[in-house]
Amino acid sequence: MTAPLLDVRGLTLHRGTKRILDDVSLTIGRGETVALVGESGAGKSTIAVALMGLIDKGDAVIEGEARFDGIDNLVGLTEKQWGKLRGKRLSMVFQDAGSALNPCYTVGSQLASVLRRNLGLSRKTAQTRAVELLENVGINDAAARMSAYPHQLSGGMQQRVMVAIALACNPDLLFADEPTSALDVTIQAQIIRLILDQTKTRGASCIFVLHDLALASQSCDRIVVLYAGQVMEAGRCDVVLRDPKHPYTRLLKSCVVEIGTQNLDPPEGSVPPYEAMPAGCRFSTRCPRAQARCADERPPLVETQGRALACWNPEWTR
Amino acid sequence: MLEPGMDAMIDPANERVATEREALFELLDVEKVYEVTKSEGFLKRSRRKLAALDGVRLRIDQGASMALVGESGSGKSTLLRVLLGLTEPTQGLALYRGRSVNQMRDAGPDFARDVAMVYQDARGSLNPRMTVGQLIAEPLRHFGICPEAEIPQRTNALLARVGLAADVAARYPAAMSGGQIRRVAIARALASNPTVLVADEAVSGLDVSTQAQLLNLLRKLQKDMGLTLIFITHDLGVASYLCEEIAIMYLGRIVETGPTQAVLDNPAHPYSKALRHSAPEFFEPISDPLPGEIPSPLDLPPGCRFSGRCTVAQSDCLANDPALTRQGQDRAVACYHPFAMSNISPEGIKERHVTF
Ligand SMILES: Nc1ncnc2c1ncn2[C@@H]1O[C@H](COP(=O)(O)OP(=O)(O)OP(=O)(O)O)[C@@H](O)[C@H]1O
Ligand SMILES: Nc1ncnc2c1ncn2[C@@H]1O[C@H](COP(=O)(O)OP(=O)(O)O)[C@@H](O)[C@H]1O
Ligand code: SF4
Ligand code: SF4
Ligand SMILES: [Mg+2]
Ligand SMILES: [Mg+2]
Repeated sequence: MTAPLLDVRGLTLHRGTKRILDDVSLTIGRGETVALVGESGAGKSTIAVALMGLIDKGDAVIEGEARFDGIDNLVGLTEKQWGKLRGKRLSMVFQDAGSALNPCYTVGSQLASVLRRNLGLSRKTAQTRAVELLENVGINDAAARMSAYPHQLSGGMQQRVMVAIALACNPDLLFADEPTSALDVTIQAQIIRLILDQTKTRGASCIFVLHDLALASQSCDRIVVLYAGQVMEAGRCDVVLRDPKHPYTRLLKSCVVEIGTQNLDPPEGSVPPYEAMPAGCRFSTRCPRAQARCADERPPLVETQGRALACWNPEWTR
Repeated sequence: MLEPGMDAMIDPANERVATEREALFELLDVEKVYEVTKSEGFLKRSRRKLAALDGVRLRIDQGASMALVGESGSGKSTLLRVLLGLTEPTQGLALYRGRSVNQMRDAGPDFARDVAMVYQDARGSLNPRMTVGQLIAEPLRHFGICPEAEIPQRTNALLARVGLAADVAARYPAAMSGGQIRRVAIARALASNPTVLVADEAVSGLDVSTQAQLLNLLRKLQKDMGLTLIFITHDLGVASYLCEEIAIMYLGRIVETGPTQAVLDNPAHPYSKALRHSAPEFFEPISDPLPGEIPSPLDLPPGCRFSGRCTVAQSDCLANDPALTRQGQDRAVACYHPFAMSNISPEGIKERHVTF
């Protein structure tokens, strides 16, 4: 078995007394697409930001291991070491392209400067390459669009430019944090397709942060379900989403409103604040299957039935 | 095939004599034009007209639940402002129970009391310096719904109705979660005992479990109180869960209306069909995306506004602008070459129930 591209073990992030990520483990293989899903505050973006070395330090304390393609641990690298990785071997597409692009520079100069800085291309080569990259991401009339400022482009076009910038240096791993949630539905399909096509042709891996389980099932090989900073269930989408064994995955799935859904039966309640977070399974305050030990004893994440599962009382029966 | 201009008006008086429900709102060829300045390169600006609504026809019956669906900038919020009498149509008529909405609003508090609104930004619409209790008491007093002494009791009843505990009355909006704050906005809207509840993206941006809780609440309120519900959303699943009827907008025009299930099972307008297929579906391959971009409302293409992205456009589509026209019993489409609505074409509808 070949080693995964990225192997994260026990990633934990504290801010003051809040434990925002609690012992998160996940892996991603080469060329694989993985979805991080879970409700707001689950820590999806925090995982991506931490693995890009972009956590704003302040009172944050990060522990754990993230082995990445020959690098023993991404956690704790110096800013100088990150300079060789970020934007080159790992890169990121953010939710809101409009604010991620610099409004004062043309999209062409932003793209060319990434190429010059990261690949050491000459001014002229960078220009030519930038036009090619814009063409790759489906921007018509790319040579003319080079001189456009971000505000002159639609949200979908801006996101295409962001994808071009993120892929400029052929990274091994792309993080896409809700890349389409600011976009309209017919444009969303275009951008998701684009990211999948572009990463596939490059053999790159992609971690999508998504909130839509159906979209995850359509676009990703594997899924990691998070709740309040803990991994609840992870595995192939067709295994985990067709037959979830974790009570939280079941809850998430039962709340999806599809066209034709007749009845929803959501449990009341919401994620507890960090001060009231149970020491054991963080879902125990809402779990219909909770047992006496759940609140105090953390269930380990174990491989079982073709998936990884952290639960003392999983739903084995259908 | 439909001839343009034929059977053009959806005239409720003529067309729906047999229906037992009363028309609450009618929009007759409503147009809303804004004057905007457009910058054309450095220092060059021009005054342009932007038609946020253009040829909008819609009828909403008493007791109906209507979903308004469309992409950003399609005119949904403007349409609501017209319905609420907050802005006057540049052309056409907006009627409430057969009378002009603007006249109704000017005539006194009855209209505002009858038609309640939940805004897109629920938190931003509530005064952060008032407690939840004060926020709900305000419309009770404003409309003189009950004697002063009964206000606390009424407030508690309204909180209970939206599933909030009585003790939240003492809290400020900042101390409420996103789902709770929307419940407060709904309770406030219900305070005046309205006939109509108008909600702009009332469940978007919420976590799925919170969204599901709110959808069930709205369903229950509609059923228990006989509310007429006008619900803006961009989520077709939400529209189908909550609303019996749907109106699909594209660039300022309603391009298709009808019973939600019929429209979504068998969309007639090419845009409705594209929208239907871009909704994510479990384990289906991602649909072929609709080509191109939504044009700017300042640079509408000639003829049909959807022609630039339409996969079945023909030459007549560029010559004329299709109006919303009756199609069969209860549907209407603004298209010269709609898909057949009765015979379900084999590729027209995908199997959508996945067994897990
Ligand atoms: N006061 C105004 N002045 C000028 N243009 C306006 C005004 N209000 C709306 N518009 C324009 O009218 C069009 C429709 O706007 P509207 O807010 O109704 O869209 P929407 O469907 O609600 O979009 P969203 O989902 O983004 O809220 C847009 O092009 C918008 O920019
Ligand atoms: N810079 C920060 N300072 C303090 N708390 C933060 C910061 N960034 C994120 N958090 C907290 O971390 C938790 C997880 O955040 P995030 O990763 O954004 O979740 P998600 O993307 O899944 O919604 C949230 O409770 C959030 O409030
Ligand atoms: S460990 Fe216990 S509380 Fe947590 S999900 Fe499993 S059964 Fe529920
Ligand atoms: S009128 Fe023509 S261009 Fe417009 S939607 Fe119908 S077929 Fe397409
Ligand atoms: Mg996030
Ligand atoms: Mg709006």
